[in-house]
Amino acid sequence: MTADLLLTLPVLAPAIGVALCALAWSHPLLQRLISLAASLGLLCASVALLLAVRDGTVIATQFGGWAPPFGISFVGDMFSAAMVLITGLMAVAVGIYGLVGDVEARENAFYHVLYQGLLLGVTGAFLTGDIFNLYVWFEIMLISSFGLLSLGGTREQLDAGIKYVTLNLIATTFFLMSVAFLYGMTGTLNMADLARVIPTLENQGLVTALALMFLATFGAKAAVFPLFYWLPAAYHTASAPIVAIFAALLTKVGVYAIIRTFTLLFDGDAGYTGPIVTAVAIFTMVTGVLGAAAHFDIRRILSFHIVSQIGYMLFGIAVATPLAIGGSILYVIHHIIVKANLFLIAGVVNRAGGSFDLKQTGGLYRTMPMLGVLFLIPALSLAGLPPLSGFWSKFTVIKASLEAGHIVLATAGLAVGILTLYSMIKIWNEAFWKAAPDQSGQTMRRWQADRRARIIMLSPVVVLAAITLTIGLFAEPFVDYSLRAGEQLLDKSAYIDAVFGAPAQVTEARP
Amino acid sequence: MEPVFALAFGVMVAVAAYLLMSRNVLRVVLGLLVLGNATNLSIFLAGRMGSRTPPLVAAGETALVGGANPLPQALILTAIVISFSLVAFTTVLFESAHRRLGTVDTDAMREAEPEAAKKVPNDRRQAAARKMEPAE
Repeated sequence: MTADLLLTLPVLAPAIGVALCALAWSHPLLQRLISLAASLGLLCASVALLLAVRDGTVIATQFGGWAPPFGISFVGDMFSAAMVLITGLMAVAVGIYGLVGDVEARENAFYHVLYQGLLLGVTGAFLTGDIFNLYVWFEIMLISSFGLLSLGGTREQLDAGIKYVTLNLIATTFFLMSVAFLYGMTGTLNMADLARVIPTLENQGLVTALALMFLATFGAKAAVFPLFYWLPAAYHTASAPIVAIFAALLTKVGVYAIIRTFTLLFDGDAGYTGPIVTAVAIFTMVTGVLGAAAHFDIRRILSFHIVSQIGYMLFGIAVATPLAIGGSILYVIHHIIVKANLFLIAGVVNRAGGSFDLKQTGGLYRTMPMLGVLFLIPALSLAGLPPLSGFWSKFTVIKASLEAGHIVLATAGLAVGILTLYSMIKIWNEAFWKAAPDQSGQTMRRWQADRRARIIMLSPVVVLAAITLTIGLFAEPFVDYSLRAGEQLLDKSAYIDAVFGAPAQVTEARP
Repeated sequence: MEPVFALAFGVMVAVAAYLLMSRNVLRVVLGLLVLGNATNLSIFLAGRMGSRTPPLVAAGETALVGGANPLPQALILTAIVISFSLVAFTTVLFESAHRRLGTVDTDAMREAEPEAAKKVPNDRRQAAARKMEPAE
């Protein structure tokens, strides 16, 4: 397949899904089929993309026949291909899971259209090579997530929606403003061209200021300290499949944007930005994990853990060695699978145990021992216990930070791991281990009678847990891929050459 | 001209920041609108304001000579459409929240994150909400 097709198909599949689902809005069954087919299409296209770039080649395509850097470029390298693949995987797993529960109510409110819209924005953001285009994909992702979050329109959701929408709108507007300043300084928006122009600028102090603006705006998207408040205020009000896909993808797009811009564009003044990112990473890990310790709603605990885990993904930029960036990539991949799975299991706990509130559930290990095992795999992986995927990703980032002499960062990472374990054990004790409350027998019987719901909800959980185990037990290819992707990110010339076709002269900064 | 526009941009951002910090959601929407427009102005400024000639390539020519920079215009057009739709959505969301929650005061909106220890008595909360009602 040509590069054009490889890079556009992962975006085309959800785009077609959006259009067809909107056309079939009065036929819920048809929408389900289209949505699943589009998600499967995305998964297949992303596998093809990964196979094309896994040997280290970078592929690029230009839209509309414009010569670079004037048109919009799409670029696929090892990092973006891995992110697209994991998006495809999540699209299918959560898409299947989303077919139960209150699906009819959600379908009346364009659930499938918005779901595919979210995937469209996310894959577009991973593949684009143009910073203004990245803004547009962010907005597509945002407007879909606004719709998904307020789907149902309960009082709780409207309240959460206000905070989520306001803070995210401010963040994206700030992003656009940063893009405007960047354009004013460099005269270009193409990221490969920016990578060539930025080192030639005279006023490097201004570049550092701009880098911090981008750090703030992407940091707000990634929910880092002190910009994370929209996340724990909102996530727990959405229904289980929606919050699972949010938890898997939304903040990770912010992390992707931070890693991409700080390896490709703003790597000039790492001595200044490095300590800032280090402090942000430490505070993010610690506040997130302490916030989780205070809560007894399983969704709110998990929401705070998203924040906490984002801190580990910043190790790559904080430490800025090839090993650390590779470790960050591995961490993102591992975390998406594990976190989505935990939210899916939270949905099962709610359905079988009757509540998301840990104080009102219990005894699930007695009635469903297999679910207990399925919970322990992602939960212990999140805490970083061997031999699960979390161990290898934590091991890599902490090894990298120790090698570079970041003792405080490494210590914080290890301590937060222990506190994470505390939270996971709390969920285990309350939902699985303690005796069931008196009134829970009825919900359990209803769950056990509903064979279809059990199969649909548990099969994605089993598959994701199997992937976590696979990464843990056969870590070698995954670690190797991530480390090579990290090295590729640090070698900017491959990215630039892929967009411009051949090694080109550095152009003068345009007005 | 550019310093004047830059100053206008600064004033708009300041106004937006002031409005966004308000507890009244109506003012927050206005703040988002002003911030969006300030951003559009910054894109316009970033493209330099040298020429007033429309960016049209004359017949027989292959390159643009002496015209205004067309790229910021395209960017602003995109940004206007996006910010228009987002603000429209936000307004509808805020209005339905106002109807369902009975308040426009963000401090009184504690449905998603209820206070654990001290419960604000309901009538006091509503009194606070009434005070925040925009004038008819």
